[in-house]
Amino acid sequence: MSALNTLFILALAFVAVFVESSFGGLRRLIGVQIDLLPALMVYASLSSGMVTVSLLAVCGGLWFDALSANRLGVSIVPLLVIGFAIQQFRHLILRQETYTHLVLGFAASGFAPLLALAIILSYGGEPILGWGTLWQWFAMTVLGGLLVPVYFQLFNRVYRVLGYERVIESTYRADREIARGRS
Amino acid sequence: MKRRHYLLLAVVVVLTLVILNLSPRTATQFKLALGSLFLPLFGLAGSGQQVAEKAGNAVVPRKDLLKQIEQLRRENAELKVQLPRLAELERQNAHLSAQVGFKQSSRLNIKLARIIARDPANWWRNVQIDLGKRDGLRVDLPVRTAEGLVGRVSEVSETRARVVLLGDPTCPVSATVRDALNNVVDQGVIKSPAAVLDEIFVELNFLRNATAVKPGQLVVTSDEGGLFPKGIRIGEIVDVRPVDFGLVHVARVKLAVRMNALDDVWVMMP
Repeated sequence: MSALNTLFILALAFVAVFVESSFGGLRRLIGVQIDLLPALMVYASLSSGMVTVSLLAVCGGLWFDALSANRLGVSIVPLLVIGFAIQQFRHLILRQETYTHLVLGFAASGFAPLLALAIILSYGGEPILGWGTLWQWFAMTVLGGLLVPVYFQLFNRVYRVLGYERVIESTYRADREIARGRS
Repeated sequence: MKRRHYLLLAVVVVLTLVILNLSPRTATQFKLALGSLFLPLFGLAGSGQQVAEKAGNAVVPRKDLLKQIEQLRRENAELKVQLPRLAELERQNAHLSAQVGFKQSSRLNIKLARIIARDPANWWRNVQIDLGKRDGLRVDLPVRTAEGLVGRVSEVSETRARVVLLGDPTCPVSATVRDALNNVVDQGVIKSPAAVLDEIFVELNFLRNATAVKPGQLVVTSDEGGLFPKGIRIGEIVDVRPVDFGLVHVARVKLAVRMNALDDVWVMMP
C-alpha cells in the first residue's frame, strides 16, 4: 500500500502541475494561480514516509520548474522543507483532524511561495513583484490551505474503492441473546 | 530511523544544489526534456478543446450560420475588389523604392501557433506554444497577433517553445510614441507591467520628451533594440506621471493585445 500511495501522490503531483499551467480560469478571475503542490506535500508528509516526501519534493519541484520560467530546482527546496518539517513533528500532530489539516495547509501554502521567491531573488532573478503580490500570496495561502482536507477526502475515497471493504463488527452476539418470557 | 531521514535529506539537498547550479544551457535542456513529459497531456487537452468546440458548433442555429456565411461572402467580395488595387500599389512601391535605392522589406512570413500552457508561477509572464525547432523557430523571434505585439520566443524545444510576454522584465521592448499624424513624439523602453495583477497596462520608461506625450497616442515598436521589427502596434498612452521627484517620466500604456485571453499567436519568421 505504501508504494501505491507514493505512486498515487506522484501521479497527482504530475496532473496538478499540468492543471496549474493549462487551466487559467482562476487566474483570469482573481489574478492568482493557486499552487497545488504545498498542500499535496502536507498530505504526503502526514500519510507517508520520508522517501515519498523526498520523491514528491524532487519530482514535483522539477515538473513545476520545467513548465515555469523559474530557475530549475527552485521549487524543490520549499517542498522539501515543508515535508521534512512535518515529518519531524509527525508524532505530535493530530493527523486525522480537519483543523490540523487546515492549519498545516495554510502554513505550507503561505511559506512555499515566499521561500521560492527568496531563492529566485538570491540567484539574481527579476520576478514581477509589487503590492499585488500581497494579494496573490494571501489567495495562495488561503486557497492552498483549503486543499489539504480535499486531498485527504480524495485519497480516502480512492483507497476505499481500491481496498478491501472493512467489516464492521456488530456488538450484538446471537449466542449471548437473553431469552425473556416464559418458556 | 531518524538517521535514515537525515541521510535522505542530505542526498536530496545535494541533488537540489547541483540542479540549482547547472549552467543555463544545461538547465534549459533539462527543463525542455522534463517539459516534454507533459506533451501527451497537452495533446489530450487540445483534443478535448477541439471536441468541445465541435460540439458547440453543432448546436449553433442554422439561421446564425447562414447569416455568418452571408457576412463573410460580402467581406470576401470587398477584399477581392481591393486586392488588385493593393497589388498595383505594391508594384509601384517596389518600382519607386528601387529607383530611390530604398532597401526592400521582405514579405511578412508568419506561422500560426496555439497557446498550450501558461507559467504556473504568478511572478512570470510567459506562455508555451505548439511550435518548435522542427517548425523553424529559434530564440528571440517576435510573436504577435493581428492586434499587436505579444512578446518574443525565449526557449525552443523540438515541438514547443516558450514565449515571454510584454511586461515581463526579461522582455524589454524599445518603443516609439506617435501622434495622430504618425510623427514620432518620443521614445522609451517597456520593461515592466504597470501593476502585478493586471495584464492590460505596461509602463513605458526612459521618456526623453515627456511633455509631448499625450493620452491616446499610439505606441509602436522601434527597431532600436534589434529584436522587433519597426512599427508593430503595442498599445496607446493612457497617462504620463513624473517619478523620482520629477527627474524622469513614466507613461502607462494600454496594451493592444489582451494577454490574459490569448488563444492563438503568430510567430514572425525570419
